[in-house]
Amino acid sequence: MPGHVFLRLAPAGLSKLAAELTDGIVAVSATNGKTTTSAMLSAIIGRDQVVCRNGAGANLMTGIATTLVTRPGNATIGVLEVDEAALPGVTKQLAPSVLLLGNLFRDQLDRHGELEMVADRWRELVATLAPSTTLVLGADDPVIDGLAGTRANVVRFGIDDPGVSLGVQDAAADSTFCVRCGTAYVYDEMYLGHLGSYRCPQGDHQRGKLDIAARHVHSDGIRGTTFRVDAPDGSTEVSLPLPGLYNVENALGAIAAAYALGIPTAVAADRLAQFNAAFGRFERIAVGDREAVLLLFKNPTGANEALRAINNDVANTQVVLALNDRIADGRDISWIWDIDLEDALTPAAHITCTGTRAAELAVRLRYSGVPAEQMTTVAAPEAAFDAAVAATAPGGRIFVLATYTAMLDLHGVLADRGLTQPFWQEQA
Amino acid sequence: MTLRIVPLYPELLSIYADRGNVRVLEQRARWRGLPVEVVPLALGDSFDPRSADVVLVGGGQDRDQALVAEALIAQVPALRSAIADGVPVLAVCGGYQLLGHRYVDQSGRDTPGTGLVDLETQAGATRLVGNVVVDVDLAGTRHELVGFENHAGRTILGPGVAPLGKVIVGGGNDGTGTSEGCLEGRIVGTYVHGPLLPKNVWLADQLIAWACEHRGLPTTLAPLDDQLEDVAAAAASILARSERR
Ligand SMILES: [Zn+2]
Repeated sequence: MPGHVFLRLAPAGLSKLAAELTDGIVAVSATNGKTTTSAMLSAIIGRDQVVCRNGAGANLMTGIATTLVTRPGNATIGVLEVDEAALPGVTKQLAPSVLLLGNLFRDQLDRHGELEMVADRWRELVATLAPSTTLVLGADDPVIDGLAGTRANVVRFGIDDPGVSLGVQDAAADSTFCVRCGTAYVYDEMYLGHLGSYRCPQGDHQRGKLDIAARHVHSDGIRGTTFRVDAPDGSTEVSLPLPGLYNVENALGAIAAAYALGIPTAVAADRLAQFNAAFGRFERIAVGDREAVLLLFKNPTGANEALRAINNDVANTQVVLALNDRIADGRDISWIWDIDLEDALTPAAHITCTGTRAAELAVRLRYSGVPAEQMTTVAAPEAAFDAAVAATAPGGRIFVLATYTAMLDLHGVLADRGLTQPFWQEQA
Repeated sequence: MTLRIVPLYPELLSIYADRGNVRVLEQRARWRGLPVEVVPLALGDSFDPRSADVVLVGGGQDRDQALVAEALIAQVPALRSAIADGVPVLAVCGGYQLLGHRYVDQSGRDTPGTGLVDLETQAGATRLVGNVVVDVDLAGTRHELVGFENHAGRTILGPGVAPLGKVIVGGGNDGTGTSEGCLEGRIVGTYVHGPLLPKNVWLADQLIAWACEHRGLPTTLAPLDDQLEDVAAAAASILARSERR
């Protein structure tokens, strides 16, 4: 029975359904990384328990109802990612035992209203949250950290490593003004966008003490990232087969939520080492004797982080950029001008722009200094991909950066050709 | 003689990727061999009317608007003097609203603006969101302005103020889909938000020409190869017209 029928027949039924999951529900929300974080947490929990999990396309009230109605009969625990705007309503129904709030970035304003509005609704939500719910917070985001207030049952996670600080403020940064008094924060470290170690010069807010912290972070390009996680139950080395600080944040969130559920950090870290990328998130696909690396992007911060992650590997490769403006991508494509594109792709051999808004990407590249002969515009994503593959020598690599529906289209094409054999098998 | 592009408070007024406009002005000047620099005005700084050849005011979050308004109002005498001296101003979205006398939000709270242009804005019940096409007559030449709007404000122009153009697709100033933006001398205000100059290079070049005139440089600009921009503008126009709201 689809969720919307269920909700119409039994509007209060969602909370009853949720209560049937005897080990509780973890609700996960964030602008960036909620799908990957949920997938990681499911991979950790899934070794011991049957997990009821939704996907990115089912994170509104009806999608969650559908997920619960159609769940495996032996599922005992839920890991549900929830859309930022839908979170307050959904949380009231689900009464989660753990609520993980990762970050809030400017994203698709045409759908959600402004960042501050969502933040206000999250503040109201936390104020009415049952005391038994453990609040897991991405403390590197000042707005999220500020949600803790005087609450007792809180687990904070974050990165604590000056070695990976950007040093300069990212142009895409939001929320850099004190949540208490409005003064600009001073950042001792800034990792991505407005995430970092910050303090208000007036002294009324600074990043809280981290319960789960990543230290000694080392990047190995697109091959992965290693770091040490320091937790109340000890320190563990984590070897994550995913690139980028973004995924360090995602992994910390998953470890922190697992910790809140009573799973030791060492166990969670070990299980993350075998984690496979979720759809289009650094997914690696063999195309004959070449390799395609698929990177989803949907906002400047995510795109900047993706560009940073491929930075050491992009020289002399073919790059496909795919920009769609359907509802799931965000109708407004202004954000491509907030990407730090200047110099990022100049080492590439060639860039092919595609998608419903391919022409806008070409203009963006022109103004970031990419010469005309280094780029092409091809309307159909499939043709753009094939051109890039044809121009790549055997053993070479193609990078594909695409917005959600463009990635979906391309993924469909590759699946039809029997190519979607990921290098890392999915765990969840 | 360096052309000076001055974005006002970009740390607060660049929510919709307004830095795209700065980038386009800077590059188009540079490609023509004009020395150019971007000198942002930071919060707490005073605007020096002799320091700018073109001024940009972008869009901000609602909660920052009052903070910005207060800072901006303190610069009004200096801004007036620059405008009187021929410095062009491009004000977009929230920045456009700040040109007026006031912004009244949904709760009735009244935030004063700069009053640089005789207009005022009141929040409507719904947001006007989507692709837009505007028919603009600038100095006797007709152009199509294409882009995206996302605003709750309904702006009413004073009797002596001309709109920037006539709406072909979109909500425009007040949601009735008639007039869009304002044009008073060299002050251009518009709800076509964020990076509008990349697809509307005729407007970018008009601003550069005005800036050159202010700086005492030749105002005839060498043509550039704008194929990519023209294709993007045409594609955006076709897309907007196909989904006429
Ligand atoms: Zn403060």
